[in-house]
Amino acid sequence: MTTLMPSATQNPLLQAGGLGVRIGERWLCRDLDLLLQPGECLAVIGANGAGKTTLLHTLAGLRPAAAGQLALAGRALQHWPLRELARFRGLLAQQQPDHFTASVLETVLVGRHPHLGRWDWEGAEDERLAHVALAEVGLEGMAARDILSLSGGERQRVALAALLAQAPALFLLDEPLNHLDLRYQIAVLTLFRRLAEAGRGVVMVLHDINLAARFADRIVLLDGHGGACAGSRDEVLQPALLEAAFGHPLRRVEVEGRVLFIPA
Amino acid sequence: MAASPTFATAHRSLPGRSRAWLVLAVLLPAAAGAFAWALTAGDLSIPLADVAGALGGTGDDMAARVVRELRLPRALATFACGGLLALAGALMQVLLRNPLAEPYVLGISGGAAVGALGAITLGAATFIVDAGAFAGALAAMLLVFGLAHGDGSWTQTRLLLTGVIVAAGCGAVVTLMLALAPATQAQSMLFWLMGDASGANRPWPALMLLIAGLLLVLPLARDLNVLVRGELAAQALGVRVRRLRYALYLLASLFTAAAVSLVGTVGFVGLIVPHLVRLLLGNDQRVLLPVAVLAGGTLLLAADTAARTAMAPMQLPVGVLTALIGVPVFLFLLARHPGR
Repeated sequence: MTTLMPSATQNPLLQAGGLGVRIGERWLCRDLDLLLQPGECLAVIGANGAGKTTLLHTLAGLRPAAAGQLALAGRALQHWPLRELARFRGLLAQQQPDHFTASVLETVLVGRHPHLGRWDWEGAEDERLAHVALAEVGLEGMAARDILSLSGGERQRVALAALLAQAPALFLLDEPLNHLDLRYQIAVLTLFRRLAEAGRGVVMVLHDINLAARFADRIVLLDGHGGACAGSRDEVLQPALLEAAFGHPLRRVEVEGRVLFIPA
Repeated sequence: MAASPTFATAHRSLPGRSRAWLVLAVLLPAAAGAFAWALTAGDLSIPLADVAGALGGTGDDMAARVVRELRLPRALATFACGGLLALAGALMQVLLRNPLAEPYVLGISGGAAVGALGAITLGAATFIVDAGAFAGALAAMLLVFGLAHGDGSWTQTRLLLTGVIVAAGCGAVVTLMLALAPATQAQSMLFWLMGDASGANRPWPALMLLIAGLLLVLPLARDLNVLVRGELAAQALGVRVRRLRYALYLLASLFTAAAVSLVGTVGFVGLIVPHLVRLLLGNDQRVLLPVAVLAGGTLLLAADTAARTAMAPMQLPVGVLTALIGVPVFLFLLARHPGR
């Protein structure tokens, strides 16, 4: 998949300066500076309603920023044509709407949409990519199944496979661990860690502070009052900051050389 | 490219394209058969050879004129309307992402009924009734669109609720007109409401609209596949969701308005035909939309021929026939696919 790598590697995948996100009159974050290089994983954490999803949608270019600049691969977001943008960054939505019958393979192939011309049909190469993506999320052999007959965790993995088939350079994941059991939570985060190491970038909204600590290089912590704290993992994951954001005291412990936060 | 063993399932899991040809191979003869039946059957039974002669322009006798001036226009009109209703239903189901959506769900049939029954009440001629139906359908469409669009947030729940409420309001007006109408008018009103193709003798506008509609919608078919995966996912995949939804809404409404003003509120075609095709071929809109048009047209044409010949010389409302044919076929297919 070398052709899908960003062409200008010297540019950061994502760069935000003085970013402000607002819903109505409420500021979710202000003056946020972000930099994501190929190879990095960024976790967005914060309390319910703090604006994690809205921030992610802003980064994806699905809603305008209220202030500041936002650039992907060195190009301002508003200068990206939609189709080209869809080949560069992919978004995993928080919820997967499944109202109609469709096979798993068809659903994953939807991720190839931005790579196809108006009259193209998905070809053998697209199907191969879809099968590879299914294998990555442990759904090999399920291609012919109807998505309506799958469990919640399996549907989540189908959505992840569709995103892998889209093959963007920048992954934006809104709660990628929704409905996943322990094994696949770790497997999915390991997979995206590996993709990052291969030169892509990952921004993911997570609820589990300990998984964020384990898999992310950088953290954005939204405090729910318009404040955002962005920095390296160790800078942001401080008990005092976390307590202020989540409204619950946390204790920092080290177990076998790994830092863990447990609710007090 | 080396294919691993798991790829053997690829073609079974992509039934759309391969099976679509099979379905077309069945549907095209079925459509031709429906036309043959529609042109030959009736009070005056005309042999197929004479029909062919009449269509070729030879023969100036009574039979040739019946074929050319009565049966062919009506057959083309009902086929076009069936295709339009199936297409509108399929689009509405994607637009509202609701399997229960059908062409009339947004109040278009209600508006058409008010317009048509209003014209019947005034004792207007057939073509005025058709025009009234079309005007009523457009008025309802603009009303629902305007109200649902009011605050800019154009969610499908809001659209659906607005449509249902406008339809309910129209239903009340229709009931009032029925209650107040003298018995002779009430009969033709009831026929109009149940779907009646006996006045459908100007097929060209509907046929042109069907062809133009297909040409407009087919290039968008893969965008529709993406839209089925949710608005957010579609937007992230580069689909201009807002524009696409406006286009879908306007086209589906226009298709419905055209069909309703020609044959009245024929039920079930718009709901059941897209579902039948989906059960057989999956939900790939590139396959579903053209196949639904063909299936819808064939179903309505066959139903209309049955409606005018089953109890001849009496003509039955075609809407009753589409329901009587469509419901058991649908239930049978649904029972055969328990997992879907």
